[in-house]
Amino acid sequence: MIGELEFERPVVELRKKIDELKNLTKDADVDLSEDIERLENRLQKLEKDIYENIKPWDRVQIARHPSRPTTLDYISHLFTDFFECHGDRYFGDDEAIVGGIAKFHDYPVTVIGHQRGKDTKENIRRNFGMPHPEGYRKALRLMKQAEKFNRPIICLIDTKGAYPGKAAEERGQSEAIARNLFEMAGLTVPVISIVIGEGGSGGALALGVADRIYMLENSTYSVISPEGAAAILWKDASQAKKAAETMRITAPDLKELGVIDSIIKEVKGGAHRNVKEQAEAIDMVLKKSLSDLLSLDSDELVAQRYAKFKQIGDYSFVKQFTGVN
Amino acid sequence: MLKDLFSKPKKKKYATIPSERDKQDIPEGIMSKCPNCKKIMYTKELDKNLKVCLHCSYHHPMASFERVESLVDAGSFVELDSEMVTVNPLDFPGYLEKVEQDKLKAGLNEAVLTGTGKIRGNDVVLAIMDSRFRMGSMGSVVGEKITRAIEKADELKVPFIIFTASGGARMQEGVISLMQMAKTSAALKMFSSHGGLIISVMTHPTTGGVSASFASLGDYNLAEPGALIGFAGRRIIEQTIREDLPEDFQTAEFLLKHGQLDAVISRLDLKDKLTNILDIHIPGGVWK
Repeated sequence: MIGELEFERPVVELRKKIDELKNLTKDADVDLSEDIERLENRLQKLEKDIYENIKPWDRVQIARHPSRPTTLDYISHLFTDFFECHGDRYFGDDEAIVGGIAKFHDYPVTVIGHQRGKDTKENIRRNFGMPHPEGYRKALRLMKQAEKFNRPIICLIDTKGAYPGKAAEERGQSEAIARNLFEMAGLTVPVISIVIGEGGSGGALALGVADRIYMLENSTYSVISPEGAAAILWKDASQAKKAAETMRITAPDLKELGVIDSIIKEVKGGAHRNVKEQAEAIDMVLKKSLSDLLSLDSDELVAQRYAKFKQIGDYSFVKQFTGVN
Repeated sequence: MLKDLFSKPKKKKYATIPSERDKQDIPEGIMSKCPNCKKIMYTKELDKNLKVCLHCSYHHPMASFERVESLVDAGSFVELDSEMVTVNPLDFPGYLEKVEQDKLKAGLNEAVLTGTGKIRGNDVVLAIMDSRFRMGSMGSVVGEKITRAIEKADELKVPFIIFTASGGARMQEGVISLMQMAKTSAALKMFSSHGGLIISVMTHPTTGGVSASFASLGDYNLAEPGALIGFAGRRIIEQTIREDLPEDFQTAEFLLKHGQLDAVISRLDLKDKLTNILDIHIPGGVWK
């Protein structure tokens, strides 16, 4: 199996053994069908055990898998007539974010997503999917355009985070992200966001103020990378595995915390095993979600979006006064 | 330990008698040393000067209630949501203990103080962050209190002024703290679309998720001199791009130069300048 991950090694090894036995029966004059059947039963059980109990850190590895499908992969499977639009009209074109217009089952939509590369060359061009301010400003420009033409917006989130660089700060990384949060909250057209890989911090959220938020089963969404969290909290980046568990960054965690609407199931072993099948699963969710949202008028949409984010947060009240003195 | 039985802790064999010199020493708190110019001055004088160094104009951090005193007409401030307190949404180990420590240390319930008040007769809603409480980081309570303050300003149709001082999102609340960026920004959008006036005053430090949400969303974005303002941390940027950054990188002055701020204003002039802006917008902006 190509690109296998540590946690699935037992499955891979057992499968290898079964294949060996199968070859053996083909070539030699022995009947091993009973043994093979027994092993295949065991494989099924093992696969169930392993793939249904994926640990947070293993999900992080799947989310970062080099051949995990990217925004452009899904665009080619989910939409037709995609026309890519470039540039923020102020400074440049940030290839860490792609966006444009397309049709979803013949319905015009705007689609925007973070875009990382699959090899070094493409990753350098795409800056590893970590946007600069012009990326967010391009996204916002396309969202405003969608609003003008009354098209729903679909965002695919897949970034380690906004790029920590000198130029990014000079050009107002903070303002660019903040402006997107602000403007997305007021968009009068439906907005759907799907986390397809890593959802890192403000850089992810800048495409995430949506009416519906979904996550692929093995994607992550967090305020900081597990490595970053470990470095800040325990001054030790090697404790990333522990951070991945404590910070609650997986799709099931976010569902439980009430931050996302639902989880989109992945094909066994992760989306990279079968892009087409994965796209079909996304397609089903998008269709349902869009038809629900298109039945709302723009005031209802904005009000519901406001209420959706207003309810996120946990606090209590005490009857005491230790405030201003 | 058994060993302890044989080696009793040595008792001091002498008594400390305060010497004449010690007596003349200044009791703690009377004098303050400026961390910037290292000069020493009377704390009372420093406080009277709104904690701006008398020699080099360095702006010392200001507690939220000191900020209220320095700006708001006497007796006009009424605190909002003073009883809202933090819980532990992720069951993060040791989180509430740290919050309790800061409550005692800073005498605050959380990292932001919100309330209604008047600045030279102009009604406003204020939110003032306090970096002494968990580095002013934003978790659920900070996000909710700021959102409610914005909603209050919307209800009263008065300007909203926020003083930011924050290291960013609160790690211990994970993605919930990230979502407070969306919540507060959505509230500002709602307020803004009704014509509400938003003034953001960034004080030292304003970074991470706070700088990438409400801090940057003022109709007027102001900052105090020398304040550190930025999204990513300096060290992370240096490690990423492998080059040294200019000394003034991510200071208020740097941001002004790069077009990210309307003005950098000394704390001593702040009340005048805020009044100036408020006067032009009275009553509280153009309400729809």
